[in-house]
Amino acid sequence: MANWLRISSRTVANHIKKRMNKGFMGGAVHVNQSSGLWWGLNRGGPVSDRNGRHIDPLAWNRATFLCVQRFKSTLAEKQHDSFLSSDSDDDNQSVDFPGGKVSYTSEMSFISESSQTRVPCYRVLDDDGDLISDCDFQQVSKEVAVRMYSNMVTLQIMDNIFYEAQRQGRISFYLTSAGEEAISIASAAALSEQDIILPQYREPGVLLWRGFTLQEFADQCFGNKADYGKGRQMPIHYGSKKHNFFTISSPIATQLPQAAGIAYSLKMDNKKACVVSYIGDGGTSEGDFHSGLNFAAVMEAPVIFFCRNNGWAISTNVSEQFRSDGIVVKGRAYGIRSIRVDGNDALAVYSAVSAAREMAINEQRPILIEALTYRVGHHSTSDDSTKYRQLDEIVYWKKARNPVNRFRNWVQNIGWWSEQQETQLRNSVRKQLLEAIQVAEKTEKPPLSELFTDVYDHPPSNLEEQEKHLRETVTRHPKDYPSDISV
Amino acid sequence: MAAIFQGVGAAAALSSLPSNSFDSKNFLFSPRRSFSVRKAPSFVVVRSDGTMNLDLNPKGRRAQQFIANAVTTKEDSSAASSFSKPGNELLLFEALREGLEEEMERDPRVCVMGEDVGHYGGSYKVTKGLAKKFGDLRVLDTPIAENSFTGMGIGAAMTGLRPVVEGMNMGFLLLAFNQISNNCGMLHYTSGGQFTIPIVIRGPGGVGRQLGAEHSQRLESYFQSIPGIQMVACSTPYNAKGLMKAAIRSENPVILFEHVLLYNLKERIPDEDYICNLEEAEMVRPGEHVTILTYSRMRYHVMQAAKTLVNKGYDPEVIDIRSLKPFDLYTIGNSVKKTHRVLIVEECMRTGGIGASLTAAITENFHDYLDAPIICLSSQDVPTPYAGTLEEWTVVQPAQIVAAVEQLCQ
Repeated sequence: MANWLRISSRTVANHIKKRMNKGFMGGAVHVNQSSGLWWGLNRGGPVSDRNGRHIDPLAWNRATFLCVQRFKSTLAEKQHDSFLSSDSDDDNQSVDFPGGKVSYTSEMSFISESSQTRVPCYRVLDDDGDLISDCDFQQVSKEVAVRMYSNMVTLQIMDNIFYEAQRQGRISFYLTSAGEEAISIASAAALSEQDIILPQYREPGVLLWRGFTLQEFADQCFGNKADYGKGRQMPIHYGSKKHNFFTISSPIATQLPQAAGIAYSLKMDNKKACVVSYIGDGGTSEGDFHSGLNFAAVMEAPVIFFCRNNGWAISTNVSEQFRSDGIVVKGRAYGIRSIRVDGNDALAVYSAVSAAREMAINEQRPILIEALTYRVGHHSTSDDSTKYRQLDEIVYWKKARNPVNRFRNWVQNIGWWSEQQETQLRNSVRKQLLEAIQVAEKTEKPPLSELFTDVYDHPPSNLEEQEKHLRETVTRHPKDYPSDISV
Repeated sequence: MAAIFQGVGAAAALSSLPSNSFDSKNFLFSPRRSFSVRKAPSFVVVRSDGTMNLDLNPKGRRAQQFIANAVTTKEDSSAASSFSKPGNELLLFEALREGLEEEMERDPRVCVMGEDVGHYGGSYKVTKGLAKKFGDLRVLDTPIAENSFTGMGIGAAMTGLRPVVEGMNMGFLLLAFNQISNNCGMLHYTSGGQFTIPIVIRGPGGVGRQLGAEHSQRLESYFQSIPGIQMVACSTPYNAKGLMKAAIRSENPVILFEHVLLYNLKERIPDEDYICNLEEAEMVRPGEHVTILTYSRMRYHVMQAAKTLVNKGYDPEVIDIRSLKPFDLYTIGNSVKKTHRVLIVEECMRTGGIGASLTAAITENFHDYLDAPIICLSSQDVPTPYAGTLEEWTVVQPAQIVAAVEQLCQ
C-alpha cells in the first residue's frame, strides 16, 4: 500500500513552493493534524521550519520533524488520496514521483560518500568527570545518581568475578561488559519498567538496574534449577518476563525486527511505553539491522535502537565492518532520527535515552542512538583480544577513559559519594557475589523432565515417547549418566 | 522397536470403542466420534463455546475430549451433512479468509502481516477485505524482508498478540529460516517457558502451473526438523478454515501450508463455528486393501487414482495426513494394522521429504504389521522445471499411484 502523497493544506503547499524555487527540496514541515503532509528530502543544506527559522538538524527540537502519518488508528482506513497533487499552479521545475515531489537540477553532482566532518558526539562530562559548562542535559536526582553509580560498580565487580569463575572452570562461558557499564546502566535508568528490552548480549546492566539479583544472575550462569531459563541457554543469555527483559538469543541482530514487532503490539494496545533494542557495531552489518530499522520507520513504531559501537566485533575492527561514519549516519537512510553520544559518559547516555524515549512514545517514531565506547574486555571467555589488538590501546581505555571512574568523579565532586561508601560497596558486592556463586553451584540442575517441557505448550506424543525412552536408558545404564541429576 | 508409544494407548482406546466403529459405513458418517476417543492430543482443544480446554492429561480427559470434538459433526468432506445446517458454498481461499476473519472478530489480538496483505488483499486474495474491516494496522503491509516481518511477528507474539504472518510464497520463507528456527521454534524453550509464541505462518507452496523452480518449493521438508513448531497442510475448504482457526488459537507456533493450485476448490462448508484438530489426520476414503497416505494437492491425484483402482477391484484406504508435524500415528497406525500395506504419495522430493520421515516413523512403529515394504512416491530430487511437460513429469501422477498400488497388492 503506497501512501505516496497526501494533499496538505494551502499554507504548507505555498511554503513548499517557496522552498522549491530556491532550488532545494523540502525541509522540516510541521505536521498538519487533519491531513497528511509532504515527504521532503533534505539534501543536506540548511534546514528551516515553516517560520523560516534556521534549525540545526542534529538538535532534537520537537517542533520540527519530518513524518508521513500513516496509521491514524486501528479503525477502518479512510479513502486513499490520489498521489497527484491537486495544486494546479505547481511549479513546473519539479515532478511528482512516488514518495513526493523531487526538484530537478541540471548540475550533475554526486552526494559525497562522507561528510567533511564526522557527526559530533554528544557528551556532558569531560574526561575527568567534570560537568561541561553550558551543556544540554537531563538533571538526575541524588538518589538516581547514586543508584546508577552503585549499579555500575556492581556490574563491574560481577563481570570480574564471573569471568574468574569461568577461568576456574566453575561456569562454562562468560561475557563481560567491561568498559560499557555506563551504557547499560544509564540507558536502563532513563527508561520505565514498562519499556520492553530486547538485548543483544552485552547489556546485563539493564537487568541489574531493573532488580535482577546477583543470585538470579548466578543461577542462570550455572544453569541450575532456579534459572528462569531452566538451564537451557548458555551463560549470560538472561531472560526475565517480569523485568520485561526478553530472553537473549545468540544469533546476532534477530532482536531488531522483533523489536519492531513488539513496538507494533504496543501501538495496537496504545501503551505509553517503548521498546529498546541493543546491537553492537558488528551486528549492524546483519540484514536484520537494515530491515528492522526500515520496518520500524515505516510502521512508525516506538523503538529505540541503541547501537553500542565499541570498536570491535570479536577481532573485526570497525574499519573492516563498515565504511560509513559509524552507525549514526545510517539512521537518516531509513528516515530515522539519530544521535551519536559518548557511551562512556553516563549522564550523556541518560539524557539522550530520556529524550529518545519521549520522542519515541509521543511521536510514535523510532530513534537510533549510537554510543561510542570501547570493549575493554575480550569478546568473551573464548577470546584473547591481545592477539589482534594492541595491549596499550586496551590499557588506555581501561584507565584513562573508564566510564565508572568518570562518573565516580562527578558524584564525588557533588558530594553524593565518598571513598568510604566506595569501599563498603565493593566489599559488600564482592561478598554477595561469592555467596551467590556458592549457592548457585550447589543448587541442583534441572531434572530430566525439563528436557522435554516448553518445546510446545504441552508435550506431544512423540516427545512423551522420547522422554520415556530416555528415562529407560538412563535407568538401565546409570553409570553412563551423571548421578547428581534427578531423573 | 515395537510400537511402544501407540501400542498401549491405542489398545486401551480401541477397547472402549463401540465394536462396529471401524466399519467403513460408520466411518463415512461419523469419523469424528471414532477420533474422539483416541489418546487426547497434548495441545489446546477448543470447545464449541470458544473457551480453551487446557487440561490435557491424556488419561483422564476422554469425556472432555468428546465434548471438544463435538464442535461440529463433520461427517465427511465430500458428503453433505444431514445433521448440520445447509452451510454455504465457497472456494478454498475464501474459506481461509472466513476462518481468519472470524478469528479476528473473536479475538482482537489476532493480526495479519505480510507483503500486500492490506488493501491489495494478498496475492491470492486470502486477506481481501480485511484491511478495510479491521484497519491497516491490524492487517499490516510490510516491506519486503521475510526474515524481518517474521521476526516482527515473533516479537509481537511474545508480547501477547496473535499474528498471522503470510509468506507470499512459501519459498520466500527460506529467508525467514533464521527467525523461524532459532527464535520461533526455540524461544519458548530457551526462555524457560516465560515467553510463548502463538504465531501462525502461512502461505502457498507446492508445484503450481509453470511457476519455475523458486516458486514451486515444498518447504515442509525443510522445516520439519525444527523443534518447537507444528506443521499442518490444508487440502479442502472445510479443513482449510478449520485448520486456520485451530492454528490461530494454538499457543504454539504453527506453519500452515496451503497449495497454489487448490485455492479455487469449491465446497459447501457448515455455517456453525468449527475447528479442525491440528494433530489429526483425515480419513478421506476408508478401505481394506492398502493405506494410501497423502496430503495437500496429492490427495486429489490419489482420489483420482482411487477411482481407477476401485474399477479394477481394489479397495484403497485414503488418509490425508494433514498434520505434518507431528504425524497422527494413531490414525495411520490403525489403518496400517488393518490393511498391512502402505503407499505414501507426496509432492516433496525423495530426499529428506515428509514421505521419508513418514516412512521411517511407520517402519519404526508398525513394522510388525507390514506385509510389504512401504512404497513412497515423491518428486525427483530436481529443481522444478518451468516447461509444462517436464513439470508434469516431476509431480506424481495418478497412473503412477495406480501402478504402485498394484505392485503393493501383488
